[in-house]
Amino acid sequence: MATGGLDYESLNENVKKVQYAVRGELYLRASELQKEGKKIIFTNVGNPHALGQKPLTFPRQVVALCQAPFLLDDPNVGLVFPADAIARAKHYLSLTSGGLGAYSDSRGLPGIRKEVADFIERRDGHPSDPELIFLTDGASKGVMQMLNTIIRGPHDGILVPVPQYPLYSAAISLFGGSLVPYYLEETENWGLDITNLRESVASARSKGVTVRAMVIINPGNPTGQCISEANLKEILHFCHKEKLVLLGDEVYQQNIYQDERPFISARKVLLDMGGRISKELQLVSFHTVSKGYWGECGQRGGYFEMTNIPPQSVDEIYKVASISLSPNVPGQIFMGLMMNPPKPGDISYDQFIRESKGILESLRKRAHIMTDGFNSCKNVVCNFTEGAMYSFPQIRLPPKAIEAAKKAGKVPDVFYCLRLLEATGISTVPGSGFGQKEGVFHLRTTILPAEEDMPAIMDSYKKFNDEFMAQYEDNRGYSRM
Amino acid sequence: MRRFVAEKSKQHCNIFFNKKTSSFISPSPFYQSSIRHLTSASSPDSMAEPSPSHVTIQTINPKVLKCEYAVRGEIVTLAQRLQEDLKLNPGSHPFDEILYCNIGNPQSLGQHPINFFREVLSLCDHPAILDKSETQGLFSADAIERAWKILDQIPGRATGAYSHSQGIKGLRDTIASGIEERDGFPADPNDIFLTDGASPAVHMMMQLLIRSESDGILCPIPQYPLYSASIALHGGTLVPYYLDEAAGWGMEVSELKKQLEDAKAKGVTVRSLVVINPGNPTGQVLAEENQREIVEFCKNEGLVLLADEVYQENVYVPEKKFHSFKKIARSMGYGEKDVSLISFQSVSKGYYGECGKRGGYMEVTGFSTEIREQLYKLASVNLCSNISGQILASLVMSPPKVGDESYESYSSERDGILQSLARRAKTLEDAFNSLEGVSCNKTEGAMYLFPRIDLPQKAIEAAEAANTAPDAFYCRRLLNATGIVVVPGSGFGQVPGTWHFRSTILPQEDKIPAIVTRVSDFHKKFMDEFRD
Repeated sequence: MATGGLDYESLNENVKKVQYAVRGELYLRASELQKEGKKIIFTNVGNPHALGQKPLTFPRQVVALCQAPFLLDDPNVGLVFPADAIARAKHYLSLTSGGLGAYSDSRGLPGIRKEVADFIERRDGHPSDPELIFLTDGASKGVMQMLNTIIRGPHDGILVPVPQYPLYSAAISLFGGSLVPYYLEETENWGLDITNLRESVASARSKGVTVRAMVIINPGNPTGQCISEANLKEILHFCHKEKLVLLGDEVYQQNIYQDERPFISARKVLLDMGGRISKELQLVSFHTVSKGYWGECGQRGGYFEMTNIPPQSVDEIYKVASISLSPNVPGQIFMGLMMNPPKPGDISYDQFIRESKGILESLRKRAHIMTDGFNSCKNVVCNFTEGAMYSFPQIRLPPKAIEAAKKAGKVPDVFYCLRLLEATGISTVPGSGFGQKEGVFHLRTTILPAEEDMPAIMDSYKKFNDEFMAQYEDNRGYSRM
Repeated sequence: MRRFVAEKSKQHCNIFFNKKTSSFISPSPFYQSSIRHLTSASSPDSMAEPSPSHVTIQTINPKVLKCEYAVRGEIVTLAQRLQEDLKLNPGSHPFDEILYCNIGNPQSLGQHPINFFREVLSLCDHPAILDKSETQGLFSADAIERAWKILDQIPGRATGAYSHSQGIKGLRDTIASGIEERDGFPADPNDIFLTDGASPAVHMMMQLLIRSESDGILCPIPQYPLYSASIALHGGTLVPYYLDEAAGWGMEVSELKKQLEDAKAKGVTVRSLVVINPGNPTGQVLAEENQREIVEFCKNEGLVLLADEVYQENVYVPEKKFHSFKKIARSMGYGEKDVSLISFQSVSKGYYGECGKRGGYMEVTGFSTEIREQLYKLASVNLCSNISGQILASLVMSPPKVGDESYESYSSERDGILQSLARRAKTLEDAFNSLEGVSCNKTEGAMYLFPRIDLPQKAIEAAEAANTAPDAFYCRRLLNATGIVVVPGSGFGQVPGTWHFRSTILPQEDKIPAIVTRVSDFHKKFMDEFRD
């Protein structure tokens, strides 16, 4: 290889530190096996369409029309597209300055940001300012932008839940900051204990770390818990007192599978509280078209909304956004459609509702099937998936299994997951990719495989697991490594 | 100790003192547009004790403060205000419309997308209609065929699913074939990383290359300010090398050597050389011999060559041709072991001008497996680039061929656009050259003109009195008088004491005469006012 500029030794250390298990070792091994002809069930990433979920029809009709505006002039277009899709396509095209192929405002098309603001107002009962809403190529880009704005160096700490979606740990590594973990309590349904938070912050500060921000993922990933209003209030008070920016990852807000704790946005709780805190607490809220019942991961559509961020900081964030010119316009339109879907009376309304409900009801069923399935397995304990798209069962690995893992040079849950993959084709992500308490192991799977495939998948898993446990608990068993 | 915390504290045992940035390099260009926000939320800055943690201008990442991007900077904010004015009070200004000549955004100025590409994209966005017979009445047969071919390369035909983090394999195969056909040398689909436009790929490389301020990246001056901004954002040092205006913006290896040595003497480790070919803002197309010298230079100095080739389809002069740096390197007999080269391409320019789609790729050659794993890892954190943009990149690199049903219309659309661009480049170049004190190099390629203005001393003094750079002063005056938005040369870098501005060649042909007239009239009046 050519030496000099890009030897491994001379790479940016921060890049080397980055880990992102969702597409890490397990996924790479699964891809290899797939190439060799093995049937793989990819449950490593929240990617609904890859597992057979169909896109909603109406948005695809609208974007297809926007993509090829010459269709709108064709007398036969009505044979293939319904009138409301045609009208909506014309509406979105009129919001652009040159159709899908022109860079928009770096913050996104003003007309679509207005649709986002209107949605937020309807959802929360408080007005929202489109000027403080920035559309992004997926929520991940927005998260990375905010973290890059906040982190100055290794002395800046970001509070991150453990377990967490590893975008946060990866981004913090990349930008050279410090991850300050706060542990969610598995036995309390992955609840958040303020005492834990306080301890984490105190511990970080004693090491000279300035804690700058706190991330909450609601509903949680990988843990699925829906944060109660009371808990949110505690969190807001805590951040206000400690002068932290609250980063509210709310991308799974449409994915709620129980009725006791519906989704309530951090912004709503904040503004409902009124008073000083509602004017001072700095909050950034993230959303996406990738999750919910839309599942349009490949479009890369997302936004973040800023609350109580000073205008000069907003300017700097705008400036950085402008370097990348603009978010992709089709993704922006998907976001507009999600914020402003068909209404009762619209031609496409019934179909839209039927498709949406169908997906959500099925997800709820699958959340139950999976949780129950895991709980029926030996040495496996699984909290119910209250929201989001994942199941995060705890795997109680026997000491012999842990030994075998060490001998194989693998982290115990990686060892387990690799064996699961080889035996069943089920590709999961080991819990170590998300963080967990020392000596406690998990894996993350999605609840996305098709409903009709679920029973077979859970059977296959149970067979593997119970055999694995038998092998490593039983003294008579031998390792077939 | 909990494992996570243990790992992190091992990594961060150097404790830096908390330096607050109390001043920043230049006033934010966007501030004016956001003044009204002060009324909607009381700023924590106004509290008695500003918090050390809160996100305020004093406490945000100083690298964010340091970076600048003039293409959408101050002058554009002013233009948007004027545009609002015109809406509310028609007739309030001596022009009817704002003409945005600041940004390479062709379709916003009336350029049409390539029909075939949009047909294919539309079908891929809504594959359900491929089963309907009526669809054949709406779309050309080869577009339908291409859509089927692409969808068959996507697992489950799911265009809404995250793809492989480097992009869909079948599309990378197509792109690799396209590169091979263009260059006559093989390309490996595994070397291709599809990204949301070329810009994120540039950012990825800067991330990888820059460890600290001691790492330098050689950049042309003038340059497209993505590079200066990205280097600042990632905490590196921009090492400038000056293009020679008197020699048609040529690049001299002697200049490269000099700048490299100067940087080394200052303790900067130069990691990489950025070359933009065809050039932005300067428009020159490098001669082959020049390219060979550059490749040789990078090989000898162990520099990574970052070849920004997004304007490869925009060449307007018969005496020059685009040659990719990969082709040049391979034709010199240099392979993977000899030169580390990253080539950037985009769907935003050329004759397709699909800026809003955010499609592009980098081709990565001459790197070890370990480096490529790191690149893959970085790409995977964002999961993947948008699928529609990926499809478009593959279409751009393998458009309709002779014999295809759509070939005739495709090639006439393409040629129409390219010929029109060449005409507009010439017309505007001549127009600028006819202005007093203005000289404009020929635009051999890309989408811009970068005329030099010899500003009279009185104008420079007036600018200083207004606390503005002289070229920004000129551009603002131009905007206020004519509604035409251009970007001051200081946004791209220029030899100190010289002044330029960058204008695109993109307004539709029928608007060009009026632009020429307005600019000429303005310039004459400006010179009358400030002539020495």
